[in-house]
Amino acid sequence: MEVIIIPILASIAVMALGKKNQIWMSALLSMLPLIFIAQFFNHVGVDGGWKTLFDQPWISDNIRFTTGFDGLTGILLLLTNILVPVIILGGIRNDENRVKITALTLFMQGALNGVFMAQDGLMFYIFWELALIPIYFITLTMSGENAFKITLRFFIYTFVGSLAMLASLIYLFLHTANYSFAFEALRAVELSHTESIFVGGGILLAFLVKIPVLPFHSWQADTYTNTPAAGTMLLSGIMLKMGLYGLLRWFLPLAPESIEFYQPWVIGLSVAGVLYGALIAIRQKDMKRLVAFSSLSHVGLIAAGIFTLTLEGLEGSVIQLFVHGINVVGLFLVIELIERSTGTRMLGELGGLAKNNRLFMIFFMLIALGTVAVPFTNGFPGELLLLKSLYAYRPNLSLLAGLTIIFCAVYVFRMVQFSMFGEGKGEVASLKWNEILAFGIITFFILGLGFMPQILIDIVHNSIVQIGQWVSEARGVMS
Amino acid sequence: MLTLMIFLPLLGFVLNGTLGKFLPKAISGWLGTAAVFGSFVIALMSFMDLTGDTTMPERIYTKLFTFLHVGNFHVDFAFQFDRLSAVMTLIITGIGTLIHMYSIAYMHEDDGFYKFFAYLNLFIFNMLVLVLGSNYLMLFFGWEGVGLCSYLLIGFWYKNVDFGKAARKAFIMNRIGDLGLLMGLFLIYDTYGTFEYQDVFKLVFAGSAESNAVNTAIALLLFIGAMGKSAQIPLYTWLPDAMAGPTPVSALIHAATMVTAGIYLVIRSEAIYALSPIAREVVMWIGLATSIMAALIGLKQNDIKKVLAYSTVSQLGLMFIALGCGAYTAALFHVITHAFFKALLFLGSGSVIHGMHHEQDIRQMGGLRKKMPITYLTFLIGTLAITGFPFLSGFFSKDEILMSAFAHNPLVFGLALVSAGITGFYMFRMFFVTFHGTYRNTHHGYDKVHESPLLMTLPLLVLAVLSVIGGAVNLPQYLGESISGGLHHLLSYDGGGQFSPILMYPEHAIELSHTAEIGLLVMAVSVFVIAFLYTRNKYVTQGAVPESDEAQAGMGKVLANKFYVDEAYDTAFVSPIEAAGDVVGNYVDDKGVKGFVDGFGSGSNFISRLLSKIQNGNIEYYLVYMVIGVALLLAFNLF
Repeated sequence: MEVIIIPILASIAVMALGKKNQIWMSALLSMLPLIFIAQFFNHVGVDGGWKTLFDQPWISDNIRFTTGFDGLTGILLLLTNILVPVIILGGIRNDENRVKITALTLFMQGALNGVFMAQDGLMFYIFWELALIPIYFITLTMSGENAFKITLRFFIYTFVGSLAMLASLIYLFLHTANYSFAFEALRAVELSHTESIFVGGGILLAFLVKIPVLPFHSWQADTYTNTPAAGTMLLSGIMLKMGLYGLLRWFLPLAPESIEFYQPWVIGLSVAGVLYGALIAIRQKDMKRLVAFSSLSHVGLIAAGIFTLTLEGLEGSVIQLFVHGINVVGLFLVIELIERSTGTRMLGELGGLAKNNRLFMIFFMLIALGTVAVPFTNGFPGELLLLKSLYAYRPNLSLLAGLTIIFCAVYVFRMVQFSMFGEGKGEVASLKWNEILAFGIITFFILGLGFMPQILIDIVHNSIVQIGQWVSEARGVMS
Repeated sequence: MLTLMIFLPLLGFVLNGTLGKFLPKAISGWLGTAAVFGSFVIALMSFMDLTGDTTMPERIYTKLFTFLHVGNFHVDFAFQFDRLSAVMTLIITGIGTLIHMYSIAYMHEDDGFYKFFAYLNLFIFNMLVLVLGSNYLMLFFGWEGVGLCSYLLIGFWYKNVDFGKAARKAFIMNRIGDLGLLMGLFLIYDTYGTFEYQDVFKLVFAGSAESNAVNTAIALLLFIGAMGKSAQIPLYTWLPDAMAGPTPVSALIHAATMVTAGIYLVIRSEAIYALSPIAREVVMWIGLATSIMAALIGLKQNDIKKVLAYSTVSQLGLMFIALGCGAYTAALFHVITHAFFKALLFLGSGSVIHGMHHEQDIRQMGGLRKKMPITYLTFLIGTLAITGFPFLSGFFSKDEILMSAFAHNPLVFGLALVSAGITGFYMFRMFFVTFHGTYRNTHHGYDKVHESPLLMTLPLLVLAVLSVIGGAVNLPQYLGESISGGLHHLLSYDGGGQFSPILMYPEHAIELSHTAEIGLLVMAVSVFVIAFLYTRNKYVTQGAVPESDEAQAGMGKVLANKFYVDEAYDTAFVSPIEAAGDVVGNYVDDKGVKGFVDGFGSGSNFISRLLSKIQNGNIEYYLVYMVIGVALLLAFNLF
């Protein structure tokens, strides 16, 4: 409850303060929810099921404001409330939009926390939509000629997906014993195979668009490139994870009967997306576009891992969604700082930036290594588990998806080469305290999780086992 | 102790990486050297413990923590120090120390001095993880880690765009191999349910003959990894390009240690390879083809480091021939001696390059023996060792490989002998052109050429001694039963039957009569003599100089251009992938997928209505209303 309200109040406070607001103030505000999250971990713990923390009638008696906590929610709360401070510290330019974007980011933080804690289907839907609105306004602060068209495409894309999900939720709601949107009530609804395919399909569509899985991705690259850095980071770092979280939390438990039907399609499309995104990324000149397509490639692997329905795939996906959030925000932060200093993010126009700012170079290199998934960085364990889970599903698909370890090295090191190495063209301004802190947080997680990925697994294990049980009960088998 | 041995270099990396900028160069350099030397001392002590006391277990094992535990999938972060690891560790840290020391002088003018030592230490750390890990995933950690360090060090002079390209090429080609290795790892886990060497091999050993198809698949997949790391056909082209890195890097990483990781992998997996004659045959023929092809290319290279690079590829090929013939000891023996003389040759070439003010083309050298006596002498010893001059280290290890090849298949012996023969030609060609004849450089006068400082020549002298006496670790039987086969006994030691030896299967017994053995020796020595006399006559007596690039023609031109393999790869792989990226990005994605969606929407009234509504609104007001509205909604309903 607190973790939803506080950021929204903070957002209002930042608006009220206006130009008087300092970076350290908003950063501090954005870190407040971490106190409560620590409390959840201490007092609620991750041992049992999805425990309800707060439950009140909301819009009506049947639509309730219900929040819950378990390991899975815990991981996503951590991700959100670690990344938002990073974004506020480093990702927002000091221009006339600063206050607006900061306030919107804080608002987004509250909405996202709501998404990850909601135990009521409609509350989940409302926060899901609410999280979209700040992004929309952040994007509109850009004055590019295409900005409006692009924003609209993005909006409509996710809107169509969301409506399908809403329809499915309402269908389930009408079949509950006492008209409830509560997670447990929705889960208890018994569906025929055909019903399940339609209901599951609606829910699935919303998530596949958001992740995005090929071919629902065409909002992604344009939106990323035409949004201020903070928006790109929110989108890629956290919002995409709403889709992956949704698969684990809502799709698998609510429509397990349909999984069999969708499994080959989703895995096929995801693996295709892994290669498709990587191939395009290799040829991009705009660093933001490059990372956008690399993101398509990386999340494809995560989605595929989830649909293998193996423990390795499910838990690997949780590690990797956390890690991808950290790394992709790091990459966009790097790109943002380069663009702020040099005025461009085109690889052809850059070069030799390593020369004058070694600290920046070190941070960039560490983030690049995490992205390439070199051992002892955070990218490795998750990728290992995901590829292994695919191997258990179909060895040749694992080999295909495994090509990403080659392609990823190609496009990431190409990006490093043509921005940082070679003869000098311009330089990156020396880092300020807030930027160093932002990079510091990111590199802490890159190295820390590289050595100790088991921490994340221990947090999420019980939640995943529970979900796996539901799925296997419905399917009669569990791999 | 084991943990300290591994983490000392990491500590060196961290110290140099964080504080290096503020330290004087001397301290920074000696700090890096001391970290590796410390590891060497510990390794030496542990080795004495392990072999001196028969009550010791066959390995020292340390588990630090559980790396991953997901359902049935369990991997420990753990190390083991057994006899095979011990040998590798001693090479890595021993030669590593010498090369660190050498680098203090070689790199003293470089701005990135502390960075260089930090990377070198990081490399040693990863290399130790590779050979000391107790399971296949730990090996993979080190495997990728050394690849990364190799990337960082090849591209060390980052302002040069070509060097950066060479660095990326090395990393990416290695990753192709790594993908094969990774698939092999998955298959191992799928089949045996663990990554731990001991457990895997016990299960392999106990397994039935039906599992041999699986073992063949595992062995071949692991070998794909080895092809990348140890530069075998078709993944060898990165190694010559890797010479862009500073010369100590070439000596340490691209000659003595990292590139032998593939050989280590196969020896370590002996239990699996022993069950698969098919996989061994593949290993052998690939090794053979690589060995001859690289040697041929080496004949026409004029960059002193490129010659040595192709020589390394060729020698690695020889080691794989030995592995394919089931002669694991011979392969490891050659790893050891090769580490001595190839590190010596590379450091010697570095000394030449240093003395020649960064000239690397041997056509621009000549007559250096008078100016650089120590370098000359040690380089001569290195050349004699690699070409198989009787009773130097390379003579023994190469002959053991040749004999195992003969025992396996006389044709393979013949071809391997050809490869060994060509070695003599390209090595003496380089040696004579560089050090004999007349000085030909027009940029720097002969008087400017100088011998290198003591810090560089001392490692050369130490390595020269080792190159001479290195054969002692595994002398052949004909020199006396009691002093022979030291390495072989070390590896097949079974602790009085209580413990499993590293080589679980008796090695392919090389049962040659003494006459046959001596006959083979005579052939090997005569090949050496012919190469020596021919090149001496051509390049010293007649004073010939390799032709300029323009004058190359016919087969010589093909060899000088490395059989055009790089060009072929560009046409066959690089360009198509880039073209695919363009087509998919510009047409399929932009026009196709996106166009489809836009076309879907643009006709509909829905969009236009939505458009007009949003355009009429004032964003700031929306925002304020929204924030307040939501907050109130929440507040009223909840409190």
